Amino acid sequence: MKFIPESSPQRVPCYRVLDENGRIILNSDFIPVSEKLAVRMYEQMATLQVMDHIFYEAQRQGRISFFITSLGEEAINIASAAALAPDDVVLPQYREPGVLLWRGFTLQEFANQCFGNRADHGKGRQMPIHYGSKQHNYFTVSSPIATQLPQAAGVGYSLKMEKKNACAVTFIGDGGTSEGDFHAGLNFAAVMEAPVVFICRNNGWAISTHISEQFRSDGIVVKGQAYGIRSIRVDGNDALAVYSAVRSAREMAVAEQRPVLIEAMTYRVGHHSTSDDSTKYRTADEIQYWKMSRNPVNRFKKWVEDNGWWSEDDESKIRSNARKQLLQAIQAAEKWDKPPLAELFNDVYDVKTKNLEEQELGLKDLVEKQPQDYPPGFHI
Amino acid sequence: MWGILRRSAVDGGGFSASSLRKTRFALVSARSYAAGSKEMTVRDALNSAIDEEMSADPKVFVMGEEVGQYQGAYKITKGLLEKYGPERVYDTPITEAGFTGIGVGAAYAGLKPVVEFMTFNFSMQAIDHIINSAAKSNYMSAGQINVPIVFRGPNGAAAGVGAQHSQCYAAWYASVPGLKVLAPYSAEDARGLLKAAIRDPDPVVFLENELLYGESFPISEEALDSSFCLPIGKAKIEREGKDVTITTFSKMVGFALKAAEKLAEEGISAEVINLRSIRPLDRATINASVRKTSRLVTVEEGFPQHGVCAEICASVVEESFSYLDAPVERIAGADVPMPYAANLERLALPQVEDIVRAAKRACYRSK
Repeated sequence: MKFIPESSPQRVPCYRVLDENGRIILNSDFIPVSEKLAVRMYEQMATLQVMDHIFYEAQRQGRISFFITSLGEEAINIASAAALAPDDVVLPQYREPGVLLWRGFTLQEFANQCFGNRADHGKGRQMPIHYGSKQHNYFTVSSPIATQLPQAAGVGYSLKMEKKNACAVTFIGDGGTSEGDFHAGLNFAAVMEAPVVFICRNNGWAISTHISEQFRSDGIVVKGQAYGIRSIRVDGNDALAVYSAVRSAREMAVAEQRPVLIEAMTYRVGHHSTSDDSTKYRTADEIQYWKMSRNPVNRFKKWVEDNGWWSEDDESKIRSNARKQLLQAIQAAEKWDKPPLAELFNDVYDVKTKNLEEQELGLKDLVEKQPQDYPPGFHI
Repeated sequence: MWGILRRSAVDGGGFSASSLRKTRFALVSARSYAAGSKEMTVRDALNSAIDEEMSADPKVFVMGEEVGQYQGAYKITKGLLEKYGPERVYDTPITEAGFTGIGVGAAYAGLKPVVEFMTFNFSMQAIDHIINSAAKSNYMSAGQINVPIVFRGPNGAAAGVGAQHSQCYAAWYASVPGLKVLAPYSAEDARGLLKAAIRDPDPVVFLENELLYGESFPISEEALDSSFCLPIGKAKIEREGKDVTITTFSKMVGFALKAAEKLAEEGISAEVINLRSIRPLDRATINASVRKTSRLVTVEEGFPQHGVCAEICASVVEESFSYLDAPVERIAGADVPMPYAANLERLALPQVEDIVRAAKRACYRSK
């Protein structure tokens, strides 16, 4: 009689390509990345960093109501996006705007969503950072945690039934894996043999709950086998490792019609959101350490520079350009009108029902009769 | 699972999916208001509706616990696995939250799932996906993500199944913008409304009733046609009358019709409205009827507080106040979790006598 022990003597090893100094580790296997691709990846990681800082400041200044940064997770954001095909359907959690940025969502579009203005593709329906774009195959961010996991299994099943050369890719944090939907989503994807890549960003914190209080297992990667799912643990702050792992997982998912689990180890440098002050539950030293010494952007930058593909000149150009574009985008987004009243009752259903038509007419009538109760220039 | 053991004795034997459409029924109806000579059970009506919609549109697929190999916990999906294969009739593991989420995801991606809950009581384990992932998606995504999904299954009380298998969810789901909520009564309702639900681009909650599955109703040629469809949002006047309006849905429609017969013997002419659609609610038909009769009795099986009846009373009091000759009457289930013992269960649900008494109260309260 032998009990399987609650933990292995050794933790599951972590796949890495670059060391902390941006040098390729001897004998590591990885998918080579061209200069063009590497430079684009770096530019987008830097842009994402600048975007995070500027929108965060805008919230602090009271110009937008809320924001969530991806600081510390730029490699996961950009390298995973670079490894996917445009037809792969992405179901994000909320800390993956870099995937949308990679796919072509503009800085102005991000700003419009955060300000909820007339140009927002979401028609001002959602709070900031709840981006979505059908055109870019990126499902709208949804607040309840982990609901995207069984949905991804459903999307994968749909792609499988229509025999498309594409997979579903979905993201979750370490905390989100405690939800019942994590169990349901992974179990189902395995049973249905659906082409889904589950990417868990293990960044150590779920608001103030540290991973030591979230689960007793060796992270998330060990859970994959429990569902019959092939899994890998990867250094989430190593852009080349993330790129290789996601690319391979994606090919496996599509070619073999199976789910794959990737646990990307990283650290949440920023606060959970603008509603959080993480210095209340972790030390400033810890944050500084990860921000300065274990920064994924700096690490990749070293590799790109060592290859002669990037200079200090390029660096200051990309950062000042991004900053300028963002400030302009925010200024413009702030000035533009909010969505018109007519949009209040649209999209509840495909076609407005009679009671909604009646309510809309009633409201229009009221605004016309009592203009003093509504802000000046209130648009119908 | 208890319902399955009871129902199997009543299950129409010899039914096969391939000979669905025309030739089975030649029973002469015993009902006093039979229109034609064809009859159909609600079970067969639902089965034929799903079958026809699956045949017409390859994106439609069925999923739920026991829907495939077991032929459906209540045999509603009988024969579909053999006809359409396991990819389109999918037996799910036991996780309502799981398969509801997956159904929503599949709908996001363009398929048209018909998700079965063994009973809507179990839908509470999945309600976040129904409300937050399905109902609100079209609005939150500004029209980019529509969810053409149908959630169906038995709702409300059955017989002797206790508190966790007997709750009515009509009021819960019908309060949510973004959902459409339907409740069929007859076989024609079942066919027409389920077809409309499957074709509708919005998420639809389709509330069936276990005790009605085995009941036979006359059915017209028109209703048997595969293109047949009923409009969502339109109530049906099952019986015209001039003295009192009785509104209800699902199984209670049968009770209201029986009550109307009894009232007729005492010289009271009751108009019975079968709501068919809880959301959108056909306030126009209800109010037009009350303006004609001046009296309202509204009936439902579910808990009284914040129920469907409460909404109907509010609508009538708001829109037809000066037409009312008596206070509005609400008949609902007792304000207790459903007891098991048969005598207690009977007391916890509206009976025909309760509806008759309410109508009489409404009629004798006039000047």
